[in-house]
Amino acid sequence: MSPTVQTVLLYVIAPLALVAGVFLPDWAVFLGIVSLAKGLVVLGLMLLWRTGLVSFGQGLFYGAGAYTVGILPLYVPISDALLLVLVSAIGAGILAFFLGFLLRRYREIFFAMLCMAFSMIFYGVLVKSESLGSTDGFNVVQTSYLGYVPADPQELQRILYVMTALIAWLSCLFVDRYLTSTMGSLTRAIRDNELRVEYLGFSARVAVHFKFVVAAVLAGAGGALAAIAIGHVDPEMVWWIQSGEFVFVTVLSGVGNVLAPLIGSIVFEILRTFAVEYAPQAWQFVVGGCLLAVIMFLPGGLWSLIERSREGEHGADPTR
Amino acid sequence: MLTALAIVIDGLIEASYLFLVALGLTLICGVMKILNVAHGSFYAFGAYASATIIGWWFATGLPGAGSFVMMVAVAVALGCIFGLILEVGLLKRMYGRDEVIIVLVTFASFLMLEDVIIWIWGGNPYFAFEPYSLLGETQFGTLIYSNYDFALIALAVGLAVLTWILLNRTSQGRLLLAVIHDPELAAAFGINVNRYFTMTFIIGAALGCLGGAVMAPKISVAPGIGVEVIVLAFAIVVIGGMGSIWGAIVGALTVGLTRAASVHLFPQAELFVIYAVMTLVLVFRPEGLFMRQKARKI
Repeated sequence: MSPTVQTVLLYVIAPLALVAGVFLPDWAVFLGIVSLAKGLVVLGLMLLWRTGLVSFGQGLFYGAGAYTVGILPLYVPISDALLLVLVSAIGAGILAFFLGFLLRRYREIFFAMLCMAFSMIFYGVLVKSESLGSTDGFNVVQTSYLGYVPADPQELQRILYVMTALIAWLSCLFVDRYLTSTMGSLTRAIRDNELRVEYLGFSARVAVHFKFVVAAVLAGAGGALAAIAIGHVDPEMVWWIQSGEFVFVTVLSGVGNVLAPLIGSIVFEILRTFAVEYAPQAWQFVVGGCLLAVIMFLPGGLWSLIERSREGEHGADPTR
Repeated sequence: MLTALAIVIDGLIEASYLFLVALGLTLICGVMKILNVAHGSFYAFGAYASATIIGWWFATGLPGAGSFVMMVAVAVALGCIFGLILEVGLLKRMYGRDEVIIVLVTFASFLMLEDVIIWIWGGNPYFAFEPYSLLGETQFGTLIYSNYDFALIALAVGLAVLTWILLNRTSQGRLLLAVIHDPELAAAFGINVNRYFTMTFIIGAALGCLGGAVMAPKISVAPGIGVEVIVLAFAIVVIGGMGSIWGAIVGALTVGLTRAASVHLFPQAELFVIYAVMTLVLVFRPEGLFMRQKARKI
């Protein structure tokens, strides 16, 4: 896909599509918030995936963001949604910064498993914390928006949607910019051959560390937004099944473009909502089957469908 | 003193069934380089099938000792079925793809099998307690243990010895070791690597099912048991080093004993402590306790 088309997609079509979401019915707006929030997590995973790393514990940062939204207002008088998301994202980033010193030394399956271990430690702590509602979790306080507290729940949801869409779009812009920078271009290089990257004079570890922190910040923000939208947090958000789902959505989306995670996440949430609605006894079967089908027949993810339609012009995108 | 004894015995019991599950996982991992998430479903299937068979066995009034044979038979049969469906039907088409992609394929299979379990057995728990009291009890001071638990430990030790003999003292086993070490070179020497892959997967799956089958009398067989076991088995395999039999033994003992110690001394940390140990091991031995160093890619 030519750079011009990508720019148009990112700067014109994506914002228009996001704005159009405001006019959808209520249930669809809620779905939109949750899928964009999870799409942020997947965006971070995409960044790691391009580097050749897969985190099976991204639920740690997703959950950390969500629990920050839940716990912080109990001790500090903050109820502003934007501020809460900001604090959650930074909190997740700080957590990742410290864990990163250890994790940046690991690759492949060991990286994935160590990430999972950290998320399971957090899960174990949450499940055994009676004061945090143990496995049931607890409800999140009512949030305000820049000092404004909408009385109408539908209005509140629309405002939250606008905020989520804005954050998601800005995150995409940031990641897009980052990927075209020098450090960003190293993603594929590290994936292909780390030693050569070192010979070029760059530190692969520092690059991995930075990407890990970015992914965690995105996941923290996603978790915070999801917690505000759902109004409830529980340890399931940290569980390895949730982390596995994020990786699944990454594969479903494809990693060819920064918009792919958002599209993939929306498709996944729609798929799951309908599967739960129409086949409550078989939704895991449907979801698992779709994952298999994508892996077998669509190795580049959903994004490759969009790309393939234009392949005649420029050939396959090597970043897939 | 009594607490210490309880920790050791509980730990060994826990370690023995985890070892059965982890041995299957680590075999598959070592030979095929696949981290098989669907292994948790094998465990669950083994438990459900065994609970059903045991219930039927005792309802018809057949001699109780035969139920032990049935448990093993169920596990082997299920292992063959899963081996054929998953390995031959699905995973064979995936070789050569990224390791993580194959993990996701097994993750997808796991999700699908979880629903299949609910279709077959419904959401209600099953109980198959009869064999548990069949072997009598042993008493240590005020601690009472069913002899079934000790039979479990014996089974685990027996399987460990059997695996060692099969791998080191038979020609088939040595060929398998060659495949574990380097599949490409093994193929170059004329070993039918694909056949070993299928065989290993069937044996590994049968071991996973066996773990579930022998645990069925001890637990309430309910949805979600597979999910819990598979993360524990992951922890064991990662602690021990992926694909290492010794690693599975040491890993299972570590997880079993730490968990038992934590349950008796500090129950709040029960879940937390296993992953803390796993993290500690990975910090100091990045590839697990018993893993050969890999050559560096240049």
